[in-house]
Amino acid sequence: MTTFEAILLTIVTASTPLLIAALGELVAERSGVLNLGVEGMMAMGAACSFAAAVTFDSTLLGVAAGMLAGALMAALFALVVLGFAANQVGSGLALTIFGLGLSGLIGAPFVGARRDPVAPVDIPGLSDIPVIGRLFFEQDLFVYASIALTILVAIYLTRTRSGLTLRSIGENHTSANALGMPVWRVRFWAILFGGACAGLAGAYLALVYTRFWSPGMTAGRGWIALALVVFAAWRPGWLLVGAYIFGAATVLQLHAQAAQFGVPSQLLSAVPYLATIIALLLLSLRHGRAIGAPGSLGAPFVPDR
Amino acid sequence: MLSGKIFGALAGAAVVALAATGAVAQPKDKVKVGFIYVGPVGDHGWSYQHDVGRQAIEKAFPGKVTTTFVESVPEADSERAIEQLARTGHDLIFTTSFGFMEPTLKVAKKYPNIKFEHATGFKRAPNLSTYAAKFHEGRYIIGQIAGKMTKSNTIGYVGAFPIPEVVAGINAFYLGAQSVNPNVKIKIVFANTWYDPAKEGDAAKALLDQGVDMLAQHTDSPAPIQAAEARGKFGFGQASDMERFAPKAQLTAIVDNWSDYYVARTKAVLDGTWKSEDVWGGLASNMVVMTPYKNMPDDVKKLAQDTEAAIRSGTLNPFKCPVIGQDGKEIECKGKGALSDEQVLGMNFYVKGIEDKIPQ
Repeated sequence: MTTFEAILLTIVTASTPLLIAALGELVAERSGVLNLGVEGMMAMGAACSFAAAVTFDSTLLGVAAGMLAGALMAALFALVVLGFAANQVGSGLALTIFGLGLSGLIGAPFVGARRDPVAPVDIPGLSDIPVIGRLFFEQDLFVYASIALTILVAIYLTRTRSGLTLRSIGENHTSANALGMPVWRVRFWAILFGGACAGLAGAYLALVYTRFWSPGMTAGRGWIALALVVFAAWRPGWLLVGAYIFGAATVLQLHAQAAQFGVPSQLLSAVPYLATIIALLLLSLRHGRAIGAPGSLGAPFVPDR
Repeated sequence: MLSGKIFGALAGAAVVALAATGAVAQPKDKVKVGFIYVGPVGDHGWSYQHDVGRQAIEKAFPGKVTTTFVESVPEADSERAIEQLARTGHDLIFTTSFGFMEPTLKVAKKYPNIKFEHATGFKRAPNLSTYAAKFHEGRYIIGQIAGKMTKSNTIGYVGAFPIPEVVAGINAFYLGAQSVNPNVKIKIVFANTWYDPAKEGDAAKALLDQGVDMLAQHTDSPAPIQAAEARGKFGFGQASDMERFAPKAQLTAIVDNWSDYYVARTKAVLDGTWKSEDVWGGLASNMVVMTPYKNMPDDVKKLAQDTEAAIRSGTLNPFKCPVIGQDGKEIECKGKGALSDEQVLGMNFYVKGIEDKIPQ
């Protein structure tokens, strides 16, 4: 394997959890719900997936447990913001703090345990193509799943009736409600999807990326996922690009240091964030207005009686 | 120097406060000891080892001592947490990260009857001690092991931040390697975090991708050494024994052993003999402990053991003069035959042979 290939592989690994978590949040936000609890749901996903994977010695069960944990956290959030029409920003922040704390408690007995690496899945024939072969066709299942998920979400949002309903509700929940669309039900499922994705991203982090559990190991990736949704102007395609730019910037700055380019590492560490700001600027210049945000995003829905 | 002046003024104020309240050290029947950790107890590294020390106190004085800890305290927000411990009846408070220095000093000044101990800092007061461990002694040993064992002649170092403590570690590691292998090269990556397992792992992978086959780390999680294990390369455990994460890759680990110190200081408070001090322990005082040397040929093991014994007995100092800076000029030798403690604690230069620059 050449250095170039190795770098690309690391970039894919670094980008995948961001992409998965951000996709879930994108769907929730498209339905008009801002869930700032991604970091907490991700931490829960990581803790529960690792606990289950070690207990039952099964990566598959671990992944299922991680997604379930994320979805349960999201259900709690849904109860608060849909059932009681609570402030979404406050509830989301509370969910993050709650999730980080609870994950520490659940994971405590598993501190110090380790898992063996998840074997990459080789697609015969295709993985023999030079450079891109190994990159695209010899990854772990999560990577394929994240790409497939991006395509499915894109098709769902733009090509299906149900996706149109979800977007309409996100744009203007009062009108959608007047037209007889099930605002609560759609949002509930969107929030749950977001939670399951965050849980899956956490599972990836604990089972593939680091292969051990330790409290706070998400280290702010939930927040980056939130920023990516804005960066992508709420579009799945752009999200894919954004996640990979971010992953690439993070990994390349480490390589730039190792190669002794002589640029201060603090500056290099800031590059991904600078890239986000510049991309946002360029995007908004092109559109000339605040771009892509669903009209009802973050507003509590209380139907007229 | 401004900070010196402030320190002097604060120390003076603390002395006045101490005199005014008439606080004289008295033996105590019961002592409550508090700890502030920068990371989670479960980090397997830095904070974990401090917590091992805390548990040692509980075991050493059954019924006499109670301990509490606050984990994952951000350095910027630590004053609140320290003051919280001060207000809730603690007699002795350990703050265990360099970044807690100013907040600890501030709270110590406010509570002259409470004893404070700050790890790795350099600002003291009549009721504020500092303590640190000479990890660079261990890093010199692992440098020699790396220098002997490297096949690519390129060794790597994952650092947290370019602060003196880390820079001194890099220099000691490189000087050790150079002492047995004059042509060895080093690559350095700063993760700019003490604790982000995924990013630490990425930093390690970046180094391994660029031809490093011996990996030292000065960040807190086992992710870097685990990356070395996954690639069939070698690494060194940091702060705690990381063998279970890298049974094939860990050659040895530099373990922070705070237990003896914490027990001694708690006993001093119990006896009423506690004094403000500056303690800098190393291999000789068992504050730094090397785990068994494994996964290496016998001659390398012998070399490591001999070096450890020499440092322990004081016949070898990693920063023995002459120390040559990157510009080829000799660093002024302010200690006896070696750099002084102050020079090591404030180290802000790389030694000759390191081709990188310290990020400013």
